Amino acid sequence: MASGTIQTSAPRGAGARISAALWRRPWVRAALLLTPPLAWFVFIYLASLGILLITAFWRINSFTTNIERVWNLGNFRTLLENATYRAIMLRTIGIAALVTVTDAVLALPFAYYMARVASRRAQTALFVAVLVPLWASYIARVYAWLLIFTHDGVLNWGLDKIGLGPVTLAYTNTAMWIVFSYLWLPFMILPVYAALERIPDSYLEASADLGARGGRTVAKVILPLALPGIVAGSIFTFSLTLGDFITPFLVGGTGSSFIGNVVYENVGVAGNIPFAAAFAIVPVVIMGLYLLGARRLGAFEAM
Amino acid sequence: MTRTGMGAGRWPALAALGAALILLTAACGGGTEGNGGGGGGGGAGQPPTANMAPPTSVGAGEGKLALIAWEGYVQPLWTKTFETKTGCDVSAKYAGSSDEMVTLMADGGGGQYDMVSASGDASLRLIYGGDVRPVNVDLIPDWKNFIPQLQSPPHNTIDGKHYGISLQWGPNTLMYNPQDFPTAPDSWSVIYDPKYKGKITVPDNPIQIADAALYLKATKPELGITDVYELTRPQLDAAVALLRQQQPLIRKYWGLASQEISMFKNGDAIIGASWPYQESILRSNGVPIASTIPKEGATGWADTWMMATNAPHPNCAYLWMQYISTAKAQALQATWYGETPANTKACPIMDQLDKGSCAVYHANAPASYFDSISFWKTPIADCGNGETNCMPYSEWQQAWTTEVTG
Repeated sequence: MASGTIQTSAPRGAGARISAALWRRPWVRAALLLTPPLAWFVFIYLASLGILLITAFWRINSFTTNIERVWNLGNFRTLLENATYRAIMLRTIGIAALVTVTDAVLALPFAYYMARVASRRAQTALFVAVLVPLWASYIARVYAWLLIFTHDGVLNWGLDKIGLGPVTLAYTNTAMWIVFSYLWLPFMILPVYAALERIPDSYLEASADLGARGGRTVAKVILPLALPGIVAGSIFTFSLTLGDFITPFLVGGTGSSFIGNVVYENVGVAGNIPFAAAFAIVPVVIMGLYLLGARRLGAFEAM
Repeated sequence: MTRTGMGAGRWPALAALGAALILLTAACGGGTEGNGGGGGGGGAGQPPTANMAPPTSVGAGEGKLALIAWEGYVQPLWTKTFETKTGCDVSAKYAGSSDEMVTLMADGGGGQYDMVSASGDASLRLIYGGDVRPVNVDLIPDWKNFIPQLQSPPHNTIDGKHYGISLQWGPNTLMYNPQDFPTAPDSWSVIYDPKYKGKITVPDNPIQIADAALYLKATKPELGITDVYELTRPQLDAAVALLRQQQPLIRKYWGLASQEISMFKNGDAIIGASWPYQESILRSNGVPIASTIPKEGATGWADTWMMATNAPHPNCAYLWMQYISTAKAQALQATWYGETPANTKACPIMDQLDKGSCAVYHANAPASYFDSISFWKTPIADCGNGETNCMPYSEWQQAWTTEVTG
């Protein structure tokens, strides 16, 4: 039809001539189509990251809280030299890692059952069960857990009934770990499910034919094939935990601040954007390294 | 709900990193640039706007008024009347914290904002930052009805020049669950007592250091603390050491008033530092609750409506100061919010609105009650006694963030 356009170009005028020109030069067409999304990506996304990076090397005037464009490494020095900030970084990374491991351990049997054992109906039901919490407000789910954990909450009420006495969970790092593990579990289950579902039945049969028992099949066949899925899921669980600040604020106690909390305080409250930028670069760098590792483990094919 | 916003504001422990860091980067000692840190303004010399002549009469309103306020401070309940009467349309930007207010008011309100409802821990920063300008209190008829202590308090009046008019105030009380304290505690010592480990909560706010200093002032006279906001290095260190010792006993440093309410409601805290607001919410929810001002005294806040140096609608700003000082408007805000009005004539109207509220919020209390409260003011290097070796607010922020709550 494009050739038709060319032949009748004379009476159609400018519109036709443009379309003809585009047909003759496919690269122009591609460029026109790609420019808007590319521009968006470059200017909005990469440029803001770039500005973040640059800002981190500035400082604010302590009195007016105006940004002073004076190049210095003070923010990073403070981050590294101050024991509190080091502790906050380690705490954030540590809990993110713990949550990732927890979710992987929980998701693997669940996803295996979903992908390979459950009937079609049960599978649908499980899918719904995994996805429905994602439709509920994040805040509502965090508060729900807080209410379970409080001193007079459901958990202690139940423990009291069976004579195990009250436990102190609300406003602790343990509570944060549980809440995070709950929040991000669906993000681990889905990629692991996708990976497990792809394993052909014949692999498991072959493993059995060669004399491998269940345990060995899991270790030598299923786990290696599920690994890209686990790594893909871990990208979500790890990065979501790494960047969170609401759960630490609501559920955490003393000594529960995350990197996100420090960033939040500095941007919204203290007006120290350079320091916030410097601290915000930490999770960006960590995730960059993490993604590099994940790619080597084939996580991107499993997503 | 109201205090929540404010809570959001006053909580941030980590909030303060700002100034703290600067000190580090600036290698602490000199403070050559920026003169004295986020907290201070140094206090040396007179405020930059001291010589701006305030108007001697109020002209016609400009039709608009842009306010920076604590959440809940600009309610239709009392702004509607003002808008109809003056034709000034009120718009409010709610600030979460004193630090945020100072940030928003940068460059004299930036030609965007007219006024800010600054608390005592921000007002001196605004004055010495040149962000607010002197006002003529003769143009505010109700000013002479204010309790004498709030007519020219040191947190908004310098060398007899008023940089705003007082609004409302309230104490930071010791709140407790009477079921766990059959005999009412009469000392702040309970919040430092290992006996109540894991049951204590205090605000997540650097100004909390003053509460520790208040306790030390009474219990360790050898430290020589006279004003809890004017602490020398050893005095500040002693207060911070006390708070460090307290940290393992704390259940949670509350950032939002709603968090403290929830902790008392659910039994996670039985004692803590609070505002009257939380107490009244808990009481209306049927939770057993009581509060006291311990024998050491208490800290408190007093808010001031301050006028931006570059206020685009100065006449509306004066009309607002006139209106918000009236007994009626003061009573409406006091009962709605749970604080004490500056205008002494507001008491009977408060009782009309909410029977007994005048007494609950101590609007009719004798002067001795007011004097038992150490009102928030920005710690600055000037100790007020000729010495300039006091620790400015930035030091407080740094200590709170990195040494207490970390």
